Amino acid sequence: MTAEGLTAAPSVARAATPAALCAHCGQIVLSVEPGAPQQFCCSGCASVFEILRAGGLQDFYRHRADAGESGTVANISRGSYDEFDAPEFAALYCKALPGGLLGTELFLENVHCAACVWLVEKVVTALPGISEARLDLSRSTLAVAWDPTQVRAARVAEWLDSVGYPCHPLHGLDRDAVRRREDRALLMRLGVAGAAAGNAMLLAIATYCGAFSGIEPSYLSFFRMGSALVALPSVLWSAQVFYRGAIAAIRTRTPHMDLPISIGIVVGTVSGLVNAFGSSGEVFFDTITMLVFLLLVGRWLQLRTQRRADSAADHLRALAPATARLVEDGATREVPVEAVPKGATVEIRAGEHVPVDGTVLLGTSTIDASLLTGESLPETVRVSDNVHAGTVNLSARLLVRAEKTGQETRLARIVASVAEASERRAPMVILANRLSAYFVAIILVIAAVTVIATWHLGPSLAIERAVALLVVTCPCALGLATPLAVTAALGRAAERGLMVKGGQFLEALAKPGLIVFDKTGTLTEGHLSVVEFEGDPSVRPFVRAAEASSAHPIARALCADLTKEPSLAVESMHETLGGGIEAVVGGKRLVIGSPRFVEAHAETVPAWVTERVLAFGERALSPVLVAVDGDVRAVFGIGDPVRAEASECLAALRAMGHRVAVLSGDQPAVVNAVVKRIGVPFEIVVGGASPEAKLAFIETNVARGPVYMVGDGVNDAAALSRATVGIAVHGGAEASLAAADVFATASGLRPIVELCEGARRTLRVIRGNLARSLVYNLTVGVLAATGHVGPLLAAVLMPVSSIAVVTSSFRARTFEKKR
Amino acid sequence: MTVLYVLVPLALILAASAVAAFLWATKTGQLDDLETPAMRMLHDDDAVTAPKDGKTRVRK
Repeated sequence: MTAEGLTAAPSVARAATPAALCAHCGQIVLSVEPGAPQQFCCSGCASVFEILRAGGLQDFYRHRADAGESGTVANISRGSYDEFDAPEFAALYCKALPGGLLGTELFLENVHCAACVWLVEKVVTALPGISEARLDLSRSTLAVAWDPTQVRAARVAEWLDSVGYPCHPLHGLDRDAVRRREDRALLMRLGVAGAAAGNAMLLAIATYCGAFSGIEPSYLSFFRMGSALVALPSVLWSAQVFYRGAIAAIRTRTPHMDLPISIGIVVGTVSGLVNAFGSSGEVFFDTITMLVFLLLVGRWLQLRTQRRADSAADHLRALAPATARLVEDGATREVPVEAVPKGATVEIRAGEHVPVDGTVLLGTSTIDASLLTGESLPETVRVSDNVHAGTVNLSARLLVRAEKTGQETRLARIVASVAEASERRAPMVILANRLSAYFVAIILVIAAVTVIATWHLGPSLAIERAVALLVVTCPCALGLATPLAVTAALGRAAERGLMVKGGQFLEALAKPGLIVFDKTGTLTEGHLSVVEFEGDPSVRPFVRAAEASSAHPIARALCADLTKEPSLAVESMHETLGGGIEAVVGGKRLVIGSPRFVEAHAETVPAWVTERVLAFGERALSPVLVAVDGDVRAVFGIGDPVRAEASECLAALRAMGHRVAVLSGDQPAVVNAVVKRIGVPFEIVVGGASPEAKLAFIETNVARGPVYMVGDGVNDAAALSRATVGIAVHGGAEASLAAADVFATASGLRPIVELCEGARRTLRVIRGNLARSLVYNLTVGVLAATGHVGPLLAAVLMPVSSIAVVTSSFRARTFEKKR
Repeated sequence: MTVLYVLVPLALILAASAVAAFLWATKTGQLDDLETPAMRMLHDDDAVTAPKDGKTRVRK
């Protein structure tokens, strides 16, 4: 919308018209329409207001005020949603519902409050043909069902867009459905375990009271059988989660916390059933059910925080455009990228992503391939040159014949190698699980020793003590130590813009290792800009004027640097692709471009200019010469600038004991220049690496120790998924988001440092939790072996140890609080 | 105190029906989103029909 441009000068507007505020967005109105009932800052706001009024939806403004939401500019993209009507769209993103309806889920931008819920649902259901619209505020998704005979899908999307919620189809609905089923299954187990725990405790309290004040044996055995009955659903159904983990642990011979947990539950249940129906000995059903419940709560909390990172990644991917413009019989139509047939002609406008691998049929432009190859300088393409999916067309419209589409493109092949690479990755064993192997061994040995040592007191007493030992040492606090610490840390990290897809990655990151950086977009800004300027500053306004209308990336970089210069009128301008610009500005003849191009047009090239050009070459900057009336007067050095915080952040990482390396697809000369510029010693510097070479590099280094890969491009994706922990940085390609274990929504290198520090603090919390619970287990283990722990003491001690773990997890300062 | 033989099973049956209700609610997706319905219930407005030909009707 155009409002952004107008809001740039609010102070000017305030002076002119003090009271007029836009009726929709609340911004100051620049051109007040006299006599109109409402004032609008722009036509966008006026049209939104009109849509709402026509739909009888003026209450939006009341709801917005109720929600304490100050008016903000509605962000209308006015994008085309034609691809929603392509038959392929229905096949890819929609599912058929009963009654001939179609249903899909859309990700909406800008959804944040109660007014949004109201507006989105009312506006959408106001369209005839829409049968249902349900917004999920926490996920920003809208589930919508419509009758395709009455309304087009694109109409729904346009309608949403027109009220300020640009929408995107969501990939992977099947996977979403699977996740949702898993979430529900765990929640159901949790509910049953909670009910069982509460009721078992209630029945147990009767027997505890009876133990003090006397109880008739018939009632005692009634209560014991009752608690056995109540505990059964929890033990037989809810606790299956742990049995499955334990069986898998035995089968794969990897230690897992589920094994000692399962031993405790099974032993306690079997002996409890025998004792409850045999009417002698102790029963521990209240402790066992409480244990199952608390452990499931821990698992469920952890799952929820991980889902948050997953859906954040999905949403970022949904924002990436996934449409292609097909040219058929002279007309164009938009279709989903997946639906472009081979041999079709595709139109790619300036600024759009290339959807297919193909050959240029018409047009000349520059292509930014940095996400695909890591190369920072754009390349020029002409008719019959090849272009690849995943690159960005920077300057002019191209017509491309699709030669490889969908799964055959280079991009798709790289993405496919991601899945393969992640399968080869060794599963991570977290600290708690490693400890559990020793734990099981020690507890079983102590139980055996207890039986042997107390056998002379009578076999039933000996077995009784061993059972008590196994039940009370069942590692509730140990099982909760990691999930709770991780849940708290992941929640805080998400507030700081760091999305971590699993707690094990935080644990891994705490260890010093080799941090491998991709160069473009991580160590550097990832886009061209003016790094150096030398010569006569008076030429700068002329350069700005001459370059203003060019779409070439170098011209854009120049203009971005020269915005403060006064603007001059251009009399004539001619652009030579791959060379430069000749222009007449203010009566002066300018030649701006590459040294070869300018030297061919200039009469004299001073020695200092040649010297600068050489110096720039060493620093991997592209020199741009400016000649005025035949004299070379100034030189610009253009390149991808190193991030300001790079040296500081890398030094901080090195201070933590990490080693650092650069692994880039860009020219070795450029990579070396960047490394030199940062000034921090790197262990390894590799340039010109293909995606395959990157993967191989990570593979050889992973064998030697932990490797953390930081990248943003498609070319990094496979390497990211093979590294011990893959970290994608802000603004990267969607493939790298899918492959990474951690991604930062804030740009720059600071999040990486924060992540490593937070990971360290989280591991410290986990270690503290584990130590506390081991001390607890040791103490009660000894008490149980010597016959001092009955069901009542067990029922009191177990929650106490768990509460200690809960408090330490949620009080710990793992990641800084949101400022 | 023989009434316990009636009351305890009764209490357990009540608890079981609560669990059954919870399972049903979870299975039908009522607990998938805990945030939005809380806001939706405040919007007890009249249903709105589409602005066909610029005319709007409000169903009471």
